[in-house]
Amino acid sequence: MKFTLDWLKDHLETKASADEISTALTMIGLEVESVEDQGKALRDFVVAHVVSAEKHPNADKLRVCKVDAGTGELIDVVCGAPNARSGMKGVFAFPGTWIPGSDFTLTKGNIRGQASNGMLCSGRELQLSDDHTGIIELPGDAPVGVPYINYAGIDGVVFDVSITPNRGDAAGVLGIARDLAAFGTGVLKDASVAPVASPGGPSPIPVDLRFGPDEPQACRMFAGRLIRGVKNGPSPDWLQARLRAVGLRPINALVDITNFVSLDRARPLHVFDADKLQGTVHARMGRAGESLLALDGKTYAIDETICVIADDRAALGIAGIIGGEETGCTGETVNVFIECAWFEPNYVATAGRKLGIVSDARYRFERTVDPESVIPGIELAAKLVTEFCGGTVYEPAIAGQVEGAGTIIDFPLGEVRRLTGLRVPRDQAIGALTRLGFAVEGAGDVVQVRAPSWRTDVTQKADLTEEVMRMVGVDKVPVEPLPRLAGVIPRMLTPIQNRRRIARRTLAARGLDEAVTWSFIPEAEAKRFGGGKPELKLANPIAAELTDMRPSLLPGLLGAARRNANRGFADLALFEVGQVFLSAEPDGQRTHASGIRSGTASLDGAGRHWQGGATKVGVFDAKADLSALLDAVGLDIDKVQLIAEPASWSHPGRGGRIQLGPKTIIGWFGELHPALCAEFDLDGPIAAFEVDLDAVPEPRRKPTKAKPALNLSDLMPLSRDFAFVVDRDVPAATILKAARGAEKALITGVDLFDVFEGSHVGEGKKSVAIAVTLQPREKTLTDEEIERISAGIVGAVEKATGGVLRT
Amino acid sequence: MSLDVQIETLRTDLSAAIATAETEQAVEAVRIAALGKKGSVSALLASLGTMPPEARRTAGPAINGLKNEIAAEIEKRAEELRARALEARLIAERVDVTLPVRPAPTAEGRIHPVSQVWDEITAIFSDMGFRIAEGPDIETDYLNFTALNFPEGHPAREMHDTFFMAPGPDGVKKVLRTHTSPVQIRVMQKSKQKPAAPYLTEAMAPPIRVIMPGRTYRHDSDQTHTPMFHQVEGLVIDKSSHIGQLRWVLEEFLKAFFEVESVVTRFRPSFFPFTEPSMEVDVQCDRSGSEIRIGEGADWLEILGCGMVHPNVLRNCGLDPDVYQGFAWGMGIDRLAMLKYGMPDLRAFFDADKRWLDHYGFKPLDLPTLFGGLSS
Repeated sequence: MKFTLDWLKDHLETKASADEISTALTMIGLEVESVEDQGKALRDFVVAHVVSAEKHPNADKLRVCKVDAGTGELIDVVCGAPNARSGMKGVFAFPGTWIPGSDFTLTKGNIRGQASNGMLCSGRELQLSDDHTGIIELPGDAPVGVPYINYAGIDGVVFDVSITPNRGDAAGVLGIARDLAAFGTGVLKDASVAPVASPGGPSPIPVDLRFGPDEPQACRMFAGRLIRGVKNGPSPDWLQARLRAVGLRPINALVDITNFVSLDRARPLHVFDADKLQGTVHARMGRAGESLLALDGKTYAIDETICVIADDRAALGIAGIIGGEETGCTGETVNVFIECAWFEPNYVATAGRKLGIVSDARYRFERTVDPESVIPGIELAAKLVTEFCGGTVYEPAIAGQVEGAGTIIDFPLGEVRRLTGLRVPRDQAIGALTRLGFAVEGAGDVVQVRAPSWRTDVTQKADLTEEVMRMVGVDKVPVEPLPRLAGVIPRMLTPIQNRRRIARRTLAARGLDEAVTWSFIPEAEAKRFGGGKPELKLANPIAAELTDMRPSLLPGLLGAARRNANRGFADLALFEVGQVFLSAEPDGQRTHASGIRSGTASLDGAGRHWQGGATKVGVFDAKADLSALLDAVGLDIDKVQLIAEPASWSHPGRGGRIQLGPKTIIGWFGELHPALCAEFDLDGPIAAFEVDLDAVPEPRRKPTKAKPALNLSDLMPLSRDFAFVVDRDVPAATILKAARGAEKALITGVDLFDVFEGSHVGEGKKSVAIAVTLQPREKTLTDEEIERISAGIVGAVEKATGGVLRT
Repeated sequence: MSLDVQIETLRTDLSAAIATAETEQAVEAVRIAALGKKGSVSALLASLGTMPPEARRTAGPAINGLKNEIAAEIEKRAEELRARALEARLIAERVDVTLPVRPAPTAEGRIHPVSQVWDEITAIFSDMGFRIAEGPDIETDYLNFTALNFPEGHPAREMHDTFFMAPGPDGVKKVLRTHTSPVQIRVMQKSKQKPAAPYLTEAMAPPIRVIMPGRTYRHDSDQTHTPMFHQVEGLVIDKSSHIGQLRWVLEEFLKAFFEVESVVTRFRPSFFPFTEPSMEVDVQCDRSGSEIRIGEGADWLEILGCGMVHPNVLRNCGLDPDVYQGFAWGMGIDRLAMLKYGMPDLRAFFDADKRWLDHYGFKPLDLPTLFGGLSS
């Protein structure tokens, strides 16, 4: 909402400076977006008299003018404007003046042999209008040499304030002035409008509200007023200047009046060319199939949810949003019909959103227009029309009625102290409310307050508390420490929350960078990773490639890998810990941790190194990351099921799954399927893992935090090596498990230290070497006992694998 | 040859052999040749047994003297040679210690600024006795708007630029939450049900002190707006909390977060449907340089929104607004990160550019704590 300082002073008697007003506006909740001194850029331009204008000797379209700019001597100026002529008055710029509309600084010049020591300016050069067909013409009585901004009354400071959605009343200069006056920044002037006499008699154009019993009454009050015999044309300079200052283009007096009333009183109006109307002008809901060519030149489809203004023939305008082109006022309009109505904010908002129309009227109606402003609005409009355009006024035609007076709120004055901590004396609180227009009655601690018609947003005690606090000043609220709750503060993070934090730090400590990627991904990628459900699609995605809620963190990471590769960083280790979506229900959201390594970005570090390295990443890098992550969140990878069934995204022979049981899957690891690498335009291999952190069971609560007793043996452990030849597809885990189980009491560790294949171990076979650690418990083991245990290990492994001890 | 001559000759020869032995093996060979079972000195010693007693009395000490002398010389020479060999080995083993080592993984990996700042915020509010509450990203229209006192059709709804989900089987459109405020409702509303998912927070009874961090979504994109961003809200509900205390909590937070001695704040009345009175908070800063400095200067920077929880919201959660009261605030985690650490463009947060992550990211062991400092 923009307005000028002089406009504000129409309603506010104040000596406050623009800065003081700006501060006050901010402190009462009318946030100042900008304060611009518009006159500043134009202060060097002066009113000048063109004493003579002769044809340029060397150019047909140029004139050589002698200009009196009040300096006491005549200035030579070459001018190309067709309207430059002797005796006229215009706006003059001296050399050295910056011309805002052309963005250059004027210099003395010589145009085809004639000196030119200044410039006569067009409206566009001053950024006052789009007109560049000629220079600005001023009336004959304009005083020569006076700064143009003073003469034109555009030395205005322009405020731009952002109006919160609850403050429809502040969408008018009067409302802003009222707030400032209540805050103490001046005195509010009387803005009441006396009824305009109606010599025309009763309105020949009837109005009506036509809503069926099943239809919403989107319009509650509709008033129209005919004025015949007007002379439409440009509005007065002061009005045009004000409209331009706030960014509106003056059109003609009738239209400018509607804009003025809308900005001045937050009271949108519409003017019809009465000669283009047929029958009763009324408000009704739209009809399917109807359409309207609006004033913005676009045609809009109307439906039953949209309220329109219509005559007997057709829809004329979209209620509270925009008028129609065909019935609008033009320069030729002689008979004008002013519409002033009250529309339900919801219907205006819904229709505006549906049609995608942003207008000053909609902005005000959806913030609620003062319901009691219908009659004053139409009176003010009629007054201005007769002032500017003459004409014969008829009585207003009115249909319906709307009352704005709110219900009475019981307001304990102590509420202010209870909710804000601020002590406000009774008189101060009541005074603030009264100045804002609230009616306050009652002598006790609880007063009865009735909100004014323009403050329909105030409905309860808390609203009144805000009004009082706003007017006293939020900065007056004393700062007071929040008392601590009694007792020891419980731990802040739940185990699940803590787990995410640990997962992040663990993976970063393994050399992976943390990425945060979009929660929404392309449909094709969602489908590729098991997602793409209809309920997880966005109805209004912001971009064609951000359509589906992600079922996995990997697509985001792979996309990141591609972007990095395209920038020349192919060795990449990235992870993300974040939410994935398996359904639209709360329990369909899971917390995953996922990571990828590409190129040579293994745990040892990427790239070539003199100590070796630059090996391509592989499945075991992913398994190592997964294993470390699970360990960090309290799960030993050796104690859960590792199934050699890869995820759908994985290389079929290089991936696996970690689970507690068939229904409790913890995670997956593997190399990315080469076909998927190609789909993502990535050079493989890529090692990847994904863990469902929410699936990792919470550690069981123990009665005590004490750790189990440490039982150390005095006896030396001993180690024995075994090598087995087994079929190639026998999992190493089977061998390890069999060996571990052979003598549970004594075997404390089984480590696999060698695997190889080759013709000397046989086609389709492999050799696996393990070291078994034995920890004697009570006495040293004899050779016979070691022999017996070794035989047991060999037997167990051979039985489990069908292999043989390599000899 | 007399015995004396024999001993002297042997001493001379052996001494020469020892002195010229250049390896430990050569010294050992001399030892065996002299002192071994069949060695020359040993042979001389053995000859003692065949001597008459008088001759033995003089010969014994002489031959033993020779033996001890030679043994000592051998040991000394062996020691010299061992020292020399070690010296040679050490010279041979010399390496170029300026060769670069592989960087440890911990030197490479980085924590994203969003996570780091999340942890910083957590650390500060942990000290004030707050807990963390979380809710889902896909919310019902009711929890995102209606329960928070956004009337149907109200312009405030439109200001939220909402992402809608495709209609479900029941035809109802869920939304991507536009703010973390629906978690307020989840926390306050009376419910004995166990939360449906492990990350969800159980409903609490007053006194409530929680912060609610999470991902939020708005249909908006430019240098300072991304369709996805992160917010943290705070909520205090009891029977006495008021705006004076809200000011204290936020001012203490801002001081702790920006790690400055003091901050000057400006609370301005504003409007949010779910708070009344509502305020926006500006913080004084200096924008004259290339970066924004909080805690100095004369400019104002809008940093968060807050207010007293609206009585309608309390009622919607089954709390009597004449008994319970409290305040809430909300702020952008990404924005706080940008202000504190100087990233110019929000969009880069979600691009996962390795160069950006390496530059703006944090080392994994830089844990924000109050005892060790929020940032290093």
